[in-house]
Amino acid sequence: MSELVGYRGPSSDILKKSKVMIGDLIEVATSKTKYNGVLMPRYEYADDLHVVIKLSNGYNIGIDVRNIQAIKRISVGEKPHFTAPPKPLIKPNLPNIAIISTGGTIASRVDYRTGAVHPALSASDLYSAVPELSRYAIIDAEVVSSIFSENMTAEYWKLIALKVAEKVRSGFRGIVVTHGTDTMGYTSAALSFALAEVPVPVVLVGSQRSSDRPSSDAALNLIGAVLVASKAPFSGVYVVMHSGMSDDVLSVHLGTKVRKNHTSRRDAFESINIPPVAYVKGGSIGEVMDGLPPRSDSKDFAARPDFDTRVALIKFHPDFDPEIIDYLTSRGYKGIVLEGTGLGHVGGYCNSQLRLAIEKGVLVAMTSQCIWGRVRMTVYDTGRDLLVMGVLPLEDMLPETALVKMMWALGNTRSVEDAKELMKKNIAGEIGYRSDLERRPAR
Amino acid sequence: MVIEGIDYKELGLKVGLEIHQQLATKKKLFCPCEKFQSDTFELSFERRLRPTQSELGQVDPAAMFEFKKGKMIRYGANRDSSCLVEADEEPPHDLNMEAVESALIVALALNSNIVDELHTMRKIVIDGSNTTGFQRTIIVALGGSLKTHHREVEVQTICLEEDAARLTGDSKDFREYYLDRLCVPLVEIALAPVEGSPQEVQEIALSLGRLLRATKRVARGLGTIRQDINVSTKGGAVVEVKGIQKLDMISKIVEFEALRQKGLMEIKEELEERFVKPEDIGQPIDVTDIFEDTECKIIRQAIKEGGIVLAVRLKGFSGLLVYEPYPEIRLGKEMAEMVRFYGLGGIYHSDELPRYGITIDEVESLKRRLEISKEDGFVLLAGPKDRAEDGIVAIVERSKDALQGVPYETRGPTPDGKTRYIRPRPGPARMYPETDIPPIAITKELLSRLEKEVPKPWEEQIEYYMSKYGLSKKLALQVYDSEYSDLFGAVVSKTKIQPSVVAATLTETLISLSRAGFDIDFLDESTLTDLFLSLDKGRISKEAIPQILELFLEGKIGSIEDAIKRLGIVTISEEELLQLIRRIVEESKDLIRERGERAFSIIMGKVMKITRGRADGAKVGTLLKNEIENVMKGEHDSSE
Ligand SMILES: [Zn+2]
Repeated sequence: MSELVGYRGPSSDILKKSKVMIGDLIEVATSKTKYNGVLMPRYEYADDLHVVIKLSNGYNIGIDVRNIQAIKRISVGEKPHFTAPPKPLIKPNLPNIAIISTGGTIASRVDYRTGAVHPALSASDLYSAVPELSRYAIIDAEVVSSIFSENMTAEYWKLIALKVAEKVRSGFRGIVVTHGTDTMGYTSAALSFALAEVPVPVVLVGSQRSSDRPSSDAALNLIGAVLVASKAPFSGVYVVMHSGMSDDVLSVHLGTKVRKNHTSRRDAFESINIPPVAYVKGGSIGEVMDGLPPRSDSKDFAARPDFDTRVALIKFHPDFDPEIIDYLTSRGYKGIVLEGTGLGHVGGYCNSQLRLAIEKGVLVAMTSQCIWGRVRMTVYDTGRDLLVMGVLPLEDMLPETALVKMMWALGNTRSVEDAKELMKKNIAGEIGYRSDLERRPAR
Repeated sequence: MVIEGIDYKELGLKVGLEIHQQLATKKKLFCPCEKFQSDTFELSFERRLRPTQSELGQVDPAAMFEFKKGKMIRYGANRDSSCLVEADEEPPHDLNMEAVESALIVALALNSNIVDELHTMRKIVIDGSNTTGFQRTIIVALGGSLKTHHREVEVQTICLEEDAARLTGDSKDFREYYLDRLCVPLVEIALAPVEGSPQEVQEIALSLGRLLRATKRVARGLGTIRQDINVSTKGGAVVEVKGIQKLDMISKIVEFEALRQKGLMEIKEELEERFVKPEDIGQPIDVTDIFEDTECKIIRQAIKEGGIVLAVRLKGFSGLLVYEPYPEIRLGKEMAEMVRFYGLGGIYHSDELPRYGITIDEVESLKRRLEISKEDGFVLLAGPKDRAEDGIVAIVERSKDALQGVPYETRGPTPDGKTRYIRPRPGPARMYPETDIPPIAITKELLSRLEKEVPKPWEEQIEYYMSKYGLSKKLALQVYDSEYSDLFGAVVSKTKIQPSVVAATLTETLISLSRAGFDIDFLDESTLTDLFLSLDKGRISKEAIPQILELFLEGKIGSIEDAIKRLGIVTISEEELLQLIRRIVEESKDLIRERGERAFSIIMGKVMKITRGRADGAKVGTLLKNEIENVMKGEHDSSE
């Protein structure tokens, strides 16, 4: 480590002047006392007036540069070396499962010297971090991207979809995609459409508590995802995450019906308008929903990974400025998914802008900001006006899924009419025609 | 247990104290919950913690063992005392600055060197006592000194940290904790090891406790202060005794631990005389087949459940497993305590067999199998395969440690002032930064404001109690050390009751009730306040106090008001009292004539017995004296 990571201004100056580097054991003399410790990197967002050292008892402290009289190097820092524990014995005859990582760390190890967290990305890293994986599958690991979930775009969806297709064609019996949780629901929808005919399970998984902490949900989620990928009787795209606060049951959510509904809880992911399609508990998959596409031995299938990103998801609200719609139309947008109020409404003062957009060939569809439930635009005049205008009601489809689907529909058709037809068609379970009595079915 | 004549200096006794004191902040350290102890935990959830890999590719052995046990951890939570932060379902909120200030005031009072910028660390702990798998802890200051009457003790570190969850159960498959205590702010003060007698060590702890209480920023009551002590003697490793809740147990525990370590050194010397070497400790052998038809219930049950029986030869150990240099200090006991950590019931060893249903034939076949001669010993244990294997490895290690004397381990206090094995001491602390909490710079402005809040030395406060309230030094100290010192201040400022009466009630009366077996924790401040207000209004007499408190603690009454009704102890009016005294004096005329003033105490006793706490003793005395004098002067204005 040669750079003085995170240091700038006065703190960087004094370290440079003293010719010390991060990882060095140093002595810092202040007006009051002397400290010995290892020079640590500084948080990028912290001030430029403190030097951070790790004392021999493991604690970090910050020393104000204005109190420092001298910094002296005692010894050069040693580079930490990692000796992986022995690889667990892998039983033969286990299915081959590919783990594709996209960013976010599902497994990691901590450098207690510097506090750095190193992601576990290779198969052997994963085995050593989560040895239980060796019970269920022979793992192949590949990194397609290492980005924060919020930086995910349709370009990456395509990259992931193509990688999954390649793995399936080369004989993998199931695919696990590790993903940051913030936009995992969007990616699961995108893969659901792009890989609509995939013959094996494709399982997205993430963690709500970072994998460097003993209480992380990552290991259990990953074990569950590998189990579903290797043993599930169904094919298609799914998200596997905690069902509740406890480390016991995982829910298997349909890729088009899942949403992150909490900022931090382990059970943030919920199936909307349908129950989870299965649960994982104690190493087995249970309560599998009827009617899921079965797993097959075929390796051949068509991936349709193209997305047209000129689509916007617009949330209507009181005092919504309808000129936003005009702006989108004039900027050449091909589609608008409205997140309307209640059963699927926007204020009547938006009608002329919406009419203009549709006349110009923009595909406009309606979902509800209620998240739960179905749009039904025939009940009130407002809705009826929008229907007459040509706004397409999307039943009980999630707004985010509708956005992704519209990008995909426009990316895979030549005309708005064709795209509109595709939007109406149930491709990957995104449309439910019947509403269950219970919103969150009891288990 | 009193062992006369231990020369602690010669023994090389050194004790380091580490005090954990809860702070009396309104909110917890990283969330807005209030500390609130309750017995209702309407929510529960279950977790497993897994050891994280470190850069060295190793995991802490104690941590790994915890994980291997495969125990689930069940957390009970109460909506009022915990939120998603304690459940590890939400990132920590901002660091509680009230707690930071309290810790800084303690640091200033100890002349400790406050760090310029606070960094929150994660200290890995995976026994489940923290839902996250780590304890958040911050070093606030380094160095400084604690001045006691006799000496100055060096301060090593002062930390601000979150308290752990409350352990409420530990069964085969589950360990249970309640979350109410989790995340309560603690200040941890580590003192440098000192030489001295156990009593001196206890006095240092008392001094530090008094200094903390002087800040008025620390929580009071049982469980709000915990002491860890590190005890070592010449030639032995440092033994950590964790979680001593009662200060007056420290000297007893140090005394026991010193004796235990002395005993272990004597066992070591005996082994040296026998020329036993580490390589004389054998390899464990599976001897399940010998016990296939055993009459020993525990072994039979273990085999029936698919377990195994393992044994190891300890060359040259004959007789040393039961050898007791001091009462209850013997290797066999140490080993039995140790395997309990591995989930086993205990061990059997050569010095106690045949017994417990194990026959002489079994012992003989075992001896042949292990090639035991009469100088040797062996240890035997049974249980599920993985536990038994871990257990026997621990026995092998413990036997090798016996050649060194005192092993490095973590022990816990027993209620009778001894110590017992808890677990191997963890390796060096695994700490890494808590990136969810930004560093906090300590400004000069903050420090100069807090300097004004540094309390006067507690000795000055004791003198203040003595001069202002007229308390004796003993009573003043007792009040100061008691949990009710704040209540004392409030009562004497609100009422006209003599301060010494309030002080004696809150200390001596409560202590004697406690000695009589009552659980005085049931007495809350509002009940005691009612008691004193009733006394102040003259509705009860101070003589009635013990009786009222007894009734309350027996659960026979729910409030002081009930007590007054039930006992009928509304104070007798002066008129009534005078009539009563006159009646008794009249009845005792002969006695007075005969004995003169010496009759006073007998008559006084009669009156007090009749009034049963409804009259003030001093007043009875004055009136009675008057009446007796009247009789003696023969001037009694009889109403006959
Ligand atoms: Zn809380």
